[in-house]
Amino acid sequence: MKKVYGTASEALDGLLHDGMFIAAGGFGLCGIPELLLQAIKDAGTKNLTFASNNAGVDDFGIGILLQTKQVKKMISSYVGENKEFMRQYLSGELELEFNPQGTLAERMRAGGSGIPGFYTKTGVGTQIAEGKEHKDFDGETYIMERGIIADLSIVKAWKADDTGNLIFRKTARNFNPPAAMCGKVCVAEVEEIVPRGSLDPDQIHLPGIYVHRIVQGEHEKRIEQRTVREKA
Amino acid sequence: MPWDRNQMAERAAQELKDGMYVNLGIGIPTLVANYIGDKEITLQSENGMLGMGPFPFEGEEDADLINAGKQTITELARTSYFDSAMSFGMIRGGKIAAAILGAMEVSEKGDLANWMIPGKLVKGMGGAMDLVAGVGRVIVVMDHTNKHGESKLLKECTLPLTGKGVVDLIITDLGVLEVDHKGLHILECADGVTEQDIRAATEASIV
Repeated sequence: MKKVYGTASEALDGLLHDGMFIAAGGFGLCGIPELLLQAIKDAGTKNLTFASNNAGVDDFGIGILLQTKQVKKMISSYVGENKEFMRQYLSGELELEFNPQGTLAERMRAGGSGIPGFYTKTGVGTQIAEGKEHKDFDGETYIMERGIIADLSIVKAWKADDTGNLIFRKTARNFNPPAAMCGKVCVAEVEEIVPRGSLDPDQIHLPGIYVHRIVQGEHEKRIEQRTVREKA
Repeated sequence: MPWDRNQMAERAAQELKDGMYVNLGIGIPTLVANYIGDKEITLQSENGMLGMGPFPFEGEEDADLINAGKQTITELARTSYFDSAMSFGMIRGGKIAAAILGAMEVSEKGDLANWMIPGKLVKGMGGAMDLVAGVGRVIVVMDHTNKHGESKLLKECTLPLTGKGVVDLIITDLGVLEVDHKGLHILECADGVTEQDIRAATEASIV
């Protein structure tokens, strides 16, 4: 079965519909599926719910879909760098469900692993615990969190082979593997598609079973906080 | 003289023991890395890295290599990378010995508030709730009072909590306080600061 597509728009063809739930990889602007987000903007799909650690910045990442008001709800742990996000949230145009970062990552991993719920100490005694089942194990209180299953996952990797085996680079791995796992369908954009057999099977970060479509493209890879030290 | 930011970071670094895996938060906690000295401390960045190195030299920045504050950083010979689920697995699983974090408020029972001010500041908790629930020891580094001169060490936090009963040690510009089940204990005063000065600047019970 062919997994490789020519463009991000072609890779998403037939997968998008208004009101859908999308899980996206990336942390800040690092390792985000920037080409697939642009293709969703171009497709004009509306009322989207995104599970994504961040919402990008105003003009990059999920931020570009906030500008066009294509997003109805965000499930995120941190939204601090996005003014338009803040404006839409405070004016009530956008729903926001805060999840602790590790809880969000585990919800994705669990959802993709056939685990509908799990117990965690994270958030006990805070707003996050309100309305959730509490249960004691070995004298400690935990809350139940649900696994996430998304209609679609969009992720960014460094290299893929044509079967969808993925390798990530440095901290650009972040949420991409758990996000990929929790989608009913997963589309991955990569910097390079290499011939079958040229990736070391021992070094695959995410096996191709989780990846249904692949597209290769040029990535801007914007840096959010360029920080350097002086040469001594 | 109260401690400045660097002196607070230097004092916090004394809490770290050779061989520890540690997570440093944004702000003053980041400066702790400058005072580790000869100890082998492995810094975790919760976006998926153990063995965080210093900022890169100009021209060597890599968009694929950032810390949890989204700053460009470098790797070390012992660095490893992993995904966010594993990263928080090691946090939640108690593998990280200590987290050093900033705070808006801390209560005398060790409750911590550092993620939002309702109606004013909505940034999110990021990984802070997971860290305080999971790591071995939570060390808060913050100014003793806010910009209005009011105590940040309170009987009860007024802001939404990040964690309940999670703080072990508080390092402020005035000194070092330990959280006990009865209240706060003064362990150390900054140079020229007296216990009386700390009591006067603190709303929380000091026992």
